[in-house]
Amino acid sequence: MKEIIGGSDFKKRLLIFCILLIVSIIIVLPYVWMLSNSFKTTMETLTDPMHIIPQEPTTAGYEKVLTKSPFFRWLWNSCFVTGINTIVILFTSSIVGYIFARFNFKGRNFLFAMLLFTMMVPAQVTMITTFIIIDGVGLYNSVWALIIPSFVNVFGIYLCKQYCEEIPKELIESAKIDGAGNFRIYWNIVIPQIRPALGALAIFTFLEYWNDYLNPLIYLSSTDNMTLPLALSYFSTQHSTDLSATMAASALIMIPAAIVFIIFQKQFIKGLALTGMK
Amino acid sequence: MAEVVLKNIKKVYPHTAEKDKKKKKAKQPPEKKSNLQITEDGVVAVQQFSLDINDKEFIVLVGPSGCGKSTTLRMVAGLEEITEGDLYIDGERMNDVAPKDRDIAMVFQNYALYPHMSVYDNMAYSLKVKKTPKDEIDRKVREAAEILDITPLLDRKPKALSGGQKQRVAIGRAFVRNPKVFLMDEPLSNLDAKLRNQMRTEIIKLRSKIDTTFIYVTHDQTEAMTLGDRIVIMKDGFIQQIGTPQEVFMHPANIFVAGFIGVPQMNFFHGCRLSKKDGGYAATLLGKDYALSAAQSHLLAEKNVADCTVTIGVRPVDMKGHAAEDGDAVIEVAEMMGSEVHLHMTRDGEDIIAIVSSREADLSQFEAGRKMALQFDPAAMHIFDSKTEENLLPCVEE
Repeated sequence: MKEIIGGSDFKKRLLIFCILLIVSIIIVLPYVWMLSNSFKTTMETLTDPMHIIPQEPTTAGYEKVLTKSPFFRWLWNSCFVTGINTIVILFTSSIVGYIFARFNFKGRNFLFAMLLFTMMVPAQVTMITTFIIIDGVGLYNSVWALIIPSFVNVFGIYLCKQYCEEIPKELIESAKIDGAGNFRIYWNIVIPQIRPALGALAIFTFLEYWNDYLNPLIYLSSTDNMTLPLALSYFSTQHSTDLSATMAASALIMIPAAIVFIIFQKQFIKGLALTGMK
Repeated sequence: MAEVVLKNIKKVYPHTAEKDKKKKKAKQPPEKKSNLQITEDGVVAVQQFSLDINDKEFIVLVGPSGCGKSTTLRMVAGLEEITEGDLYIDGERMNDVAPKDRDIAMVFQNYALYPHMSVYDNMAYSLKVKKTPKDEIDRKVREAAEILDITPLLDRKPKALSGGQKQRVAIGRAFVRNPKVFLMDEPLSNLDAKLRNQMRTEIIKLRSKIDTTFIYVTHDQTEAMTLGDRIVIMKDGFIQQIGTPQEVFMHPANIFVAGFIGVPQMNFFHGCRLSKKDGGYAATLLGKDYALSAAQSHLLAEKNVADCTVTIGVRPVDMKGHAAEDGDAVIEVAEMMGSEVHLHMTRDGEDIIAIVSSREADLSQFEAGRKMALQFDPAAMHIFDSKTEENLLPCVEE
């Protein structure tokens, strides 16, 4: 069947297409620029006029990152912190969210209100006290300083609670009668039901800790313990202003995040669409 | 495969703190959704519920919504706590036993199939939890699927099933466990009328194959009448009557049961006179005296019933009448149902329904607006005390 596109309809589509195109270019351009610079020499990155296509393409930036710095050590640190945090937060958020949604106990509403209240306190307010505690328990300059304080995520609990409330009560009762205990119900019935929420939460959490710059900056001092975002400053400020290497490192850091996003994007978009959140 | 005994069961839903606050603030009488008793402790959903269920018996709990039937079932299942009273399954007190240890299975109104599991896994879940050997699980699930005719669906997910198929799977899931007691909470009310009739027959067939104790909750009196060995009719948290379908139909304990069981509803004539006459009793209905039979009179005399005002109930099938100029009631609508005609009449603002066989009667006489003279057979009269609404002739053997 031939689709008939009327004149005004065509113009409308063209307009939408143009707007989307412009927005896409605005969003994509910095990434293209980053990739382009990562293949230039530092000299060329500073030349005027700038050009997108490198005049003398070189992988010197990448070589420098991979050989002249403990990049793989940093990569491991980042993966370790992000991985553990994501897994633990998914677990704590879902189980606590489930308990708040489905169990009746004294003081439930009060406790939940307290949790929500902590969400309204800006992180900057608690930064110093947290630092003192971390230092007090001897975790300063350890990657664990980035992990242990993050085990509970109020936003995650809230998200999971909302999802758990949508689960039909009969489903859980049915599992109870089928002989499943509370943890088994959580594991076999509840988790599969809130998968979209967990997918979204996984991406949020991953990106949050993967890109975290402030906390590593506060808690980590030695080069060996750094995570990747912090390591960017290793090239740009402390030792040199090597733009080529900085851009190469940035490009390398982006790869795992992109992979995670591609894996989880279906769940992620579903999660966003269902919660109506941004 | 078990006897279930409920002894003086009571369920109170405590007031929540918020509601108390609201009440204090408003000080207005709370909205009355039903006539459930509200005490200081909370809303009494079920009280004085005593019932002995025999091994392999099919018990149906029936009543209007909010009467406490589902609550009672959920107390047997262990999903609700029992406020007072005792529950025994096979002689063991079960009040504080967890649902999983009661050896019961339950089918829910909305099926409650696990959406992320295939039909097979849904049915196998309880056995897996019990750590049954894999080959035994497989055998049991396939056996149940065979009986319920769902073998081709085993690999599907619940969302790919129709309502009727889901219901079969839900029954199958309960069935594989071979439970002592089989609980069903309005299992057919999500199905359309045709499928409901079909599944009702299926449940009757299934029962002969499963051979266990059933407790079935419904608000549909047809289901109750067709499925139950005995029916428990409930209203406002109280049992109104327990009896076989025949008993509750023929000898309803009170006006509520009489009106609830039977379609179309029984006709009630309020403010009739019951009086002693010639050693027997006579009832005055629509200005005419009807002498009650010796057996009826004997029962009334035994109960020492004096002259009083009563409500007389007559089932639509027991109504007789003919068109007459000076008739008692005016025909409003004559519904042709096929083999019978339902005559809807009014008299002094009260609706009266009569069922006439469409083969015997001359249908042309039932035009709207015509008057009908009604006649009654005293043997078919149900006589209720006007004040207590109790049946004064609870059990007349013909």
